[in-house]
Amino acid sequence: MADYLSILFMAGFAAFMACMVLFVGSLFRPRNPYSEKLSPWECGMEPIGEADTGHFRVHFFIIAILFIVFDVEILYLFPWAVILKEPDISTLVFIEMFIFIAVLTVGLAYAWAKGALDWIK
Amino acid sequence: MTEAFIEVAIIFVKVVVLGFILFSLPLPLTWLERKIAGHIQVRLGPFRVGPHGVLQPFADMVKMLFKEDVIPEQADRLLFRFAPIVSMVPIFMVFVAIPFGESWTIPYINKEVTLYVADMNVGLLYILAISGVAVYGIILGGWASNSKYALLGGLRSSAQMISYEVALTFACIGVVMLASSLNLIDIVRAQTGGVTNWNVFYLPVGPVWFVIFFIAGLAEINRIPFDLPEDEGTLAAGFHVEYSGIRFAYFMLAEYIAMVSMSVLAVILFFGGWDDPTGLGWLPPIVWFLLKVGFFVYLFMWIRFTLPRYRYDQLMTIGWKILIPLSLLNILVTGWMII
Repeated sequence: MADYLSILFMAGFAAFMACMVLFVGSLFRPRNPYSEKLSPWECGMEPIGEADTGHFRVHFFIIAILFIVFDVEILYLFPWAVILKEPDISTLVFIEMFIFIAVLTVGLAYAWAKGALDWIK
Repeated sequence: MTEAFIEVAIIFVKVVVLGFILFSLPLPLTWLERKIAGHIQVRLGPFRVGPHGVLQPFADMVKMLFKEDVIPEQADRLLFRFAPIVSMVPIFMVFVAIPFGESWTIPYINKEVTLYVADMNVGLLYILAISGVAVYGIILGGWASNSKYALLGGLRSSAQMISYEVALTFACIGVVMLASSLNLIDIVRAQTGGVTNWNVFYLPVGPVWFVIFFIAGLAEINRIPFDLPEDEGTLAAGFHVEYSGIRFAYFMLAEYIAMVSMSVLAVILFFGGWDDPTGLGWLPPIVWFLLKVGFFVYLFMWIRFTLPRYRYDQLMTIGWKILIPLSLLNILVTGWMII
């Protein structure tokens, strides 16, 4: 239990330090906003349109979906990797994981063949 | 009651000491990085402030503190203020699970304290999970700025980090297979007793795991040759283009501490942690640990000023088409060797 308490301590400490430094800075720093300074930086041009309307490549979503698939599969590998050295079951779990990784490879090969991994079309 | 109180107090003191060390770590590291950059490029680097420029980071810190905190008009103000802290805090939390050695006896009061804050049985999984949270800080910062460069930088950065996180986790699984444990202290103990027991020298798969880990680690902490999110040529400065002053410094702080955490993980997972390679015991284990970590920090800086940057499509090709199939193959080979 104490091990997990320390995580809370550390998160609290880091956030507290961050806010403290920001507060100390607010006592010294100047504050002089005007509309040119507050406009989004665009190489000196007048900004055109809004940036946060979600107009970006669909490829980022595909990468995110692939990541979720692989990350979940990796989590299945962790308990397997811990017990692999148990002498009674090691051959059995190795064969099981061989099949599992073969299925995983089929998924990767499918994404590859469909061109989901190619950034330039 | 009092014993539990003392235990909690010790944890609190350790956390505060570790937190202060981490918070001030970028001071020497920025100086070192600029000095190394200078010497690699045959110039002197910082030289004006203090002898050999050692006070330069303090001058920079004061400058950051006095800078105006600009929040763009169209930005999402809450998320904009929140993002630097979100990217910084998880990196601090990673260090809770990292062991720096076995134990140390405080002189005069003869109290033995362990050189780690938390002895977690799922330490490696915890570190991977928490360091993944840092992606939120980057994508929130990029999106909340409502600037096109920042948005693109944030998207690129998050796509890159999640792509290489897969390869990084595979490399960690390789180590877990060799050590049969997720506890970082057990992983180090499994490697004690000479250089040949280190995971990196577990032939033939050890070096391959290390190369996968190192490349994925470079991409994960956004260092050259994979610092696409901050590509000055095409994106100005990436996700933190709208940030200034202290908030900008927090992103930099997170980046430097992430570099240290990656060095620490490389040492613990592959280079025997605090194990003495000579076996003579003429240096305390913690010194060996820090020497190895220092070597990796130097290596990251050395690479930064030696290699050019990859293109984004090359980055994705390396991650998905080379590292991941190689790790899948390597898992099978490692498993075959173990059983």
